[in-house]
Amino acid sequence: MTKTATAWETVIGLEIHAELLTDAKIWCGCSTQFGNEQNTNVCPICLGLPGTLPVLNQKAVEYTIRAGLALGCEIAAFSKFDRKNYFYPDLPKAHQVSQDDQPFCVNGQVEFEIDGKTYRVGINRVHLEEEAGKSVHSGDNILGSEFTLIDYNRAGVPLIEIVTEPDIRSPEEARVFLENLRTILRYAGVSDCKMEEGSLRCDANISLRPRGSTEFGAKVEIKNMNSFRSVQRALEYEMLRQQEVLESGGVVQRETRHWDDAKGRTVAMRTKEEADDYRYFPDPDLPPVIVEREWVEAIRAELPELPQARRRRFVEEYGLPAYDASILTTEKSLADFYEATVAEFAEPKTVSNWIMGEVLRLLNETGRTPDDIPIEPNALAELLTLVKKGTIGANVGKEVLEEMFKSGKRAADIVKERGLEQISDTEQLKEIVAEVIAENPGPVQQYLGGKETVIKFLVGQVMKKTRGQANPTLANELLEAALKELS
Amino acid sequence: MKIHEMSARELASALTAGEVSAVEVTQAFFDRIDAVDDQVGAYLTLMRETALQQAEEADARRKRDDDVPPLLGVPIALKDNLCTNGVRTTCASKMLEQFVPPYDATVVTRLKEAGMPILGKTNMDEFALGSSTEYSALKKTRNPWNLERVPGGSSGGSAAAVSASLAPFALGTDTGGSIRQPAAYCGIVGMKPTYGLVSRFGLVAAAPSLDQIGTMTKDVADTALLLNVIAGYDPYDSTSVNREVPDYFASLETDVSTLRFGMPAEFFSADIHPEVRTAVESAIKRLEALGAEVVEVNLPHSTYALSAYYVIASGELSSSLGRYDGVRYGHRADVEGDVFTMFRHSRSEGFGPEVKRRILLGTYVLLSGNYRDYYLQAMKVRALIAKDFEQAFEQCDVIVAPAAANVAFPFDGVVDPAEMHALDLFTVPVNLAGLPAISLPCGLNSEGMPIGLQLIGPAFGEVQLLQAAYALEQEIGPLPKQPQLEVKSND
Repeated sequence: MTKTATAWETVIGLEIHAELLTDAKIWCGCSTQFGNEQNTNVCPICLGLPGTLPVLNQKAVEYTIRAGLALGCEIAAFSKFDRKNYFYPDLPKAHQVSQDDQPFCVNGQVEFEIDGKTYRVGINRVHLEEEAGKSVHSGDNILGSEFTLIDYNRAGVPLIEIVTEPDIRSPEEARVFLENLRTILRYAGVSDCKMEEGSLRCDANISLRPRGSTEFGAKVEIKNMNSFRSVQRALEYEMLRQQEVLESGGVVQRETRHWDDAKGRTVAMRTKEEADDYRYFPDPDLPPVIVEREWVEAIRAELPELPQARRRRFVEEYGLPAYDASILTTEKSLADFYEATVAEFAEPKTVSNWIMGEVLRLLNETGRTPDDIPIEPNALAELLTLVKKGTIGANVGKEVLEEMFKSGKRAADIVKERGLEQISDTEQLKEIVAEVIAENPGPVQQYLGGKETVIKFLVGQVMKKTRGQANPTLANELLEAALKELS
Repeated sequence: MKIHEMSARELASALTAGEVSAVEVTQAFFDRIDAVDDQVGAYLTLMRETALQQAEEADARRKRDDDVPPLLGVPIALKDNLCTNGVRTTCASKMLEQFVPPYDATVVTRLKEAGMPILGKTNMDEFALGSSTEYSALKKTRNPWNLERVPGGSSGGSAAAVSASLAPFALGTDTGGSIRQPAAYCGIVGMKPTYGLVSRFGLVAAAPSLDQIGTMTKDVADTALLLNVIAGYDPYDSTSVNREVPDYFASLETDVSTLRFGMPAEFFSADIHPEVRTAVESAIKRLEALGAEVVEVNLPHSTYALSAYYVIASGELSSSLGRYDGVRYGHRADVEGDVFTMFRHSRSEGFGPEVKRRILLGTYVLLSGNYRDYYLQAMKVRALIAKDFEQAFEQCDVIVAPAAANVAFPFDGVVDPAEMHALDLFTVPVNLAGLPAISLPCGLNSEGMPIGLQLIGPAFGEVQLLQAAYALEQEIGPLPKQPQLEVKSND
């Protein structure tokens, strides 16, 4: 639970970097594939060799606009690229091509809920830039290392930077916002947003101010938060640290701090007063980009329904509880699977129960994600139909689903092969019921003597004789009828 | 006539007629280089083996195919800031002294496709920053007309090579006059095409918004022939323009009676050496004699051109030259300490004084507190200069001006960097406006040094510009003499 500083209001803004899912890099044809052998996805262009020039990958612009539209942004009619100049071994040209004052997207917003309360965070801008390479230090950091190796596979992968307004008021809000942002970007298909692979990264600016004040306090930038949880933890730590500084009459230093996840604290990196001057200027190698309105509208038309809208529709259209709707829509692929199943088996809540219970459990146990559910929606629908018709019981159905995940076989085939069908044949069951009555004179007498709960024992005997395959409802009915005749 | 004295067009004719083979031609140029280049110092790197191999292939191709490129087998020299796959490309800098590119510049690919053997790489001011080639960190290049004088720059090696017949023609690059000024100093024809006509892919950048690859030739016809090879859209250069390229050679003609020539008042009121002024004015009289009309035009903002140019060019190059940090290629200092110490020492050792001056200037003008007052202001001036030219071209077809205020100066004749920068007075506005311009010889001064005249055209007006240059060249006739170099015995 987040501790809230009573006298202080926390103000948080986030800067998020997300790698785009284009096949090729932003200025050349090299692959963006993650995890390839070091320095194999490179060419003279992304290595920034003397004489090479960038040529803009239009897909990267398209994905940036798509991200902007998904975040409710206005799309600029005129945009341009600027050089951000600084020296670092993993930056091959000593400048990162980025966007300074005319980004592709501005003025968006993201809405999300925590415990039924709606929050809104403004998106200041979304701009397109290039990734640098990756430094692999022999020690903890570049200055404390004996040597550093550099992998340029990542250099030139297209990257969007999303900057929020300082609208976030708690560390929990920051985490939930980030989770929602991730869901939106994944829905839009622009980034896979894997924090563990670095395709989604988040830096945070946090400051405290006396509650009721409209001015901002000195802000601290936090870097190196590598999971959603660490974003919340780092901000909680930093919030309390600043609170202590302020309450002991101190002044918060404007600085950049590094989150140490193992130690659970932030450590000062450098003060902002020594901040680099990046000497931004328009990149002379790249003409400005005129963004045609027709193109923007075409991209907008191709956008899928976004998570917030889909969540609402699931509640309205399928009558699902808000909780179900939010779980089912966290991943587009899961929501798609749900809807495709409901289309074949029109009991929305039953489908939701099975997906939230069994399907997610099996995914979790087999280390899969909703992107690779090993069965088709119509296969799940078939299984649910078998359960509904009473061909198999619900518990057997769960076993069958597990087998479907393993072997990919259809439910009906598994039921047939393993002889799992319920015995719902009245004549056949009547014979078994007669046998059970004959073999259990004691309990029968007890029942006839008025102890009607004994019928459960007798049903159990029927199930035992049929190795669990008797339809329990039918067995109960037939037993009652037979016992009535005896009385 | 000896092979090395022939123009590219004459060589092409001889090759077509079967009077000579490409191997013989290429060998003749290496013989000439061996005989005189130790006096001139035009080349940094010779490509003997590959050039002769390319010449053999050219000869085989001529035997095999009916339809061959016009310049098949005619060799060429390249300024050493054009990347050549497998051959070092130094930019005349210690920084890149050992740098071997793994790819060819687009112009180099085009030359190879046209079957033109590449003789070697020519000297230049380090990273193309300079106007005399004295800023080369690797070699001294001398003016073939007077070995005690500079060849001009930054394409001084290419200019000297063509002037001394060490190559039939060459490619240079022009950021603020780096083709036209050395061409004028060395008595040859130098052309900077419209920005975007020739791909810059593989040209090691100085100032990307101003850099343009161009031709350095013995005459205007050769310019047209060579431009035919290198001009055209390249998908690897976002600033290259996708438009149809005419046949510049086929469009050459001598009738200029329908053309109007503009003399910019601001240029002619500048401090021009009287002999240069006389030569240029007499050339203009010849144009009138050919029936052309000559009018006065105005380029009111051109007086700010030098200031704007040095702000923009330096700003861009301070960024472009950032990549030389010793990490991936180029000079790496052998120092103890962290990576940032290595950066500092590598750059301090690898760059020469003029490069450092411009990096400092460029860094200064781009600082966030200075950007608005310097860089942005200079960009505004640049737009005004471009507009001046547009308005001038409403009154004329071609602008005529000196290429340089004086002839080539002696070594160490200009020691003040600001004075050296001021040499580009007549050439810099053209780069700022992105226009095509050509400089051609219009006579010799009393010391026997060549004088250059410059013609400037509107954007993509190369056809008319070359027609005007060709007509004027025919009217002026060849220079009364050519550079005389002492040739070693075995020739």
